[in-house]
Amino acid sequence: MRFSIYRYDPEKDAAPRMQDYDIELDPHDRMLLDALIRLKTVDDSLAFRRSCREGVCGSDAMNINGKNGLACITNLKTLKEPVVLRPLPGQPVVRDLIVDMTQFFAQYHSIKPYVVDDEPPPERERLQSPEEREVLNGLYECILCACCSTACPSFWWNPDKFVGPAGLLNMYRFIADSRDRDLNWRLDNMQDPYRLFRCHSIMNCVDVCPKGLNPTRAIGNIKSMVVKRAV
Amino acid sequence: MKPLERRRFDAVIVGAGGSGMRASLQLAEAGLSVAVLSKVFPTRSHTVAAQGGIGASLGNMSEDHWLWHMYDTVKGSDWLGDQDAIEYMCRMAPRVVYELEHFGMPFDRNADGTIYQRPFGGHSANFGEKPVQRACAAADRTGHAMLHTLYQRNVRAHTQFFVEWMALDLVRDDAGAVVGVTALEMESGEVMVLEGKVTLLATGGAGRIFAASTNAFINTGDGLGMAARAGLPLQDMEFWQFHPTGVAGAGVLITEGVRGEGGILLNSAGERFMERYAPNLKDLASRDVVSRSIDQEIKEGRGCGPHKDYVLLKLDHLGPDVINKRLPSIREIAIKFANVDPVREPIPVVPTIHYMMGGIPTNVHGQVVAPARGDPAVPVEGLYAVGECACVSVHGANRLGTNSLLDLLVFGRSAGDHVVALNLPAQAHRSLPNDAGAPSLARLARLDGAKDGERVADVAADLRRTMQSHCGVFRNQEILSEGVRKVRELAERVARTAIGDRSRTFNTARVEALELDNLIEVAKATVVSAEARRESRGAQARSDYPDRDDVHWLRHTLWYREGDRLDYKPVTLKPLTVESFPPKVRTY
Repeated sequence: MRFSIYRYDPEKDAAPRMQDYDIELDPHDRMLLDALIRLKTVDDSLAFRRSCREGVCGSDAMNINGKNGLACITNLKTLKEPVVLRPLPGQPVVRDLIVDMTQFFAQYHSIKPYVVDDEPPPERERLQSPEEREVLNGLYECILCACCSTACPSFWWNPDKFVGPAGLLNMYRFIADSRDRDLNWRLDNMQDPYRLFRCHSIMNCVDVCPKGLNPTRAIGNIKSMVVKRAV
Repeated sequence: MKPLERRRFDAVIVGAGGSGMRASLQLAEAGLSVAVLSKVFPTRSHTVAAQGGIGASLGNMSEDHWLWHMYDTVKGSDWLGDQDAIEYMCRMAPRVVYELEHFGMPFDRNADGTIYQRPFGGHSANFGEKPVQRACAAADRTGHAMLHTLYQRNVRAHTQFFVEWMALDLVRDDAGAVVGVTALEMESGEVMVLEGKVTLLATGGAGRIFAASTNAFINTGDGLGMAARAGLPLQDMEFWQFHPTGVAGAGVLITEGVRGEGGILLNSAGERFMERYAPNLKDLASRDVVSRSIDQEIKEGRGCGPHKDYVLLKLDHLGPDVINKRLPSIREIAIKFANVDPVREPIPVVPTIHYMMGGIPTNVHGQVVAPARGDPAVPVEGLYAVGECACVSVHGANRLGTNSLLDLLVFGRSAGDHVVALNLPAQAHRSLPNDAGAPSLARLARLDGAKDGERVADVAADLRRTMQSHCGVFRNQEILSEGVRKVRELAERVARTAIGDRSRTFNTARVEALELDNLIEVAKATVVSAEARRESRGAQARSDYPDRDDVHWLRHTLWYREGDRLDYKPVTLKPLTVESFPPKVRTY
């Protein structure tokens, strides 16, 4: 199978380059990650992140034939050759397919990503009805792989000011949680022209999410809450 | 030699999975300065892949009691678990689950608003009478929900994370106290010494010593390698759990929660064969029992598929509603990795390496212990270990499903509490030995200097194949002795590897070579311990010694790297406050 892979090692490359590989795969190589690992046995200098190899840890997000996705759950049969692999777009490249995710996580941290409740907890669990719990589905499953945020032009232009789809999906996960008591802070935090309102609903995030989540819908929900509160 | 850069903290935690982050939370909330090192961003730790649930006798579904949970755990361990630690864990279970809920964990809920609990293998009411719903679940993503919740809570507590740092070696002073670790910052390639008044290992499992494993690539037993190289023993390493249901060919985990929700195992004749092996709990017997039964079916020619080498996990009778609500990720995994939609078709499964019952010996406070002065369990000054890398021992010879996430929470917390009680901010750091870091630098220098040698990937692949064929579900003397010989040969090859990548920046080839140094120690410990234990108990099944032998082998194995030698210590049969559960015949 033929691959064209983005290579950049700041210690020896003045500029990034694309390197072609032609590699014979084993019949057991099912996913793109399997192929990358086989490639690495030939050229151990190829750098990429990986861990769980089943789509739940979020390590191996990359740009695959122009679209962000996880290598470990991208079936090789679905890929046109040569398979063009690049690091996630819009982020500083550390090396090869590894990007610096500092800004992405800074935005996640900025939304108070935890349930806020200053009341002393009861002896047992706080009660939550199945219906209240149901609204968290489609929100809590985010794996922070950054496929969505790095597919979003608004995040490319303003990664320091716009929270981005992953951070906003998580913001809504806490807004929607019946146990959270910080709605006012959360909506206040969304007021400026950038943090929330840079989303123009182009839905790249929905298109690439490997977990099938819908950040655009969550963002729409936050927007209507902010607007509703203003009137 | 230029001295290494040093940074000082009250506590250094190695590993940011469930146990490391439960411990760091106790410390950070108490105001200690804590450094948590992790090879991956915390939410990418392998706890994220746990699916089924957390065991705790909340009694939300029907009557339950921590004593029943304790009995199930002792029996599940095939009496090798220490009953004081097991009592401690089962009594603490409801409390740590409620705490996790208070932290914001999105548990599934019952109509009355309480936490939903599902049945799981080996969990019973009234001392084995009937299955009980004890596994506290967030769909089939319990580990993901728990790991993210713990990370979020640590963000709130301002815990300091060192992301993509790999710990290399423990630093011990002349008195044997642990004073910190050496670590490699992967992005820059720099090596530093992180000094801690205490060091806590929470590095997880080492399933990557086997070819077919549910474990993530990062599970390379780093803490065990560090402990072994520092002269500390590893306990009960012969006991490795095969999870009955890994996707055939791919190794990806299919939770026992599938059977908890009503899924059943079928052989090629369409027979629900577990009824023959475990008439009472059937498909929900302990994992070692179910794995051996599957292996037996396959051996006797009743496997499925063109090569008759797997069995089928049927769940379509649960209906799409239950599957989509309770087992959504399982459906996703089956479609992606097995080409079947479980709403209509069964999933091909085989027993797959999943969990390491053994590890670094500790007491219930997470203190690492080793024999000294005639006492089998003297705490090692300054060193703690929790989670899968530790051996308390609550899992003994076989772990019950849901007790691993519980182990992380209970002992992460107890170690954290014990460290907080030391009042570290009032104490000074011990002085660092002059040659701190020398062993790590020597390893790196060897790698950097090796012009030619075997490729790391080739040696690692041979190691995995060797462990797979010589330490499998069924073992005997011949297979194990051959395994010991081969693994010792492999150890020599590990010392002669070379890497092509010469860059300092995010050199993943170097990281994999350093991981191989840890894998080989775990493999040696495993095969040498297994070869010596001449009985069948829990996950160690020997065809030449088919019975449990409580007279000679009701004892823990201790393996030392120095001289590749073994020692033994007694099992604690006396619980903290209740009557002991004496060993008896184990049936389900």
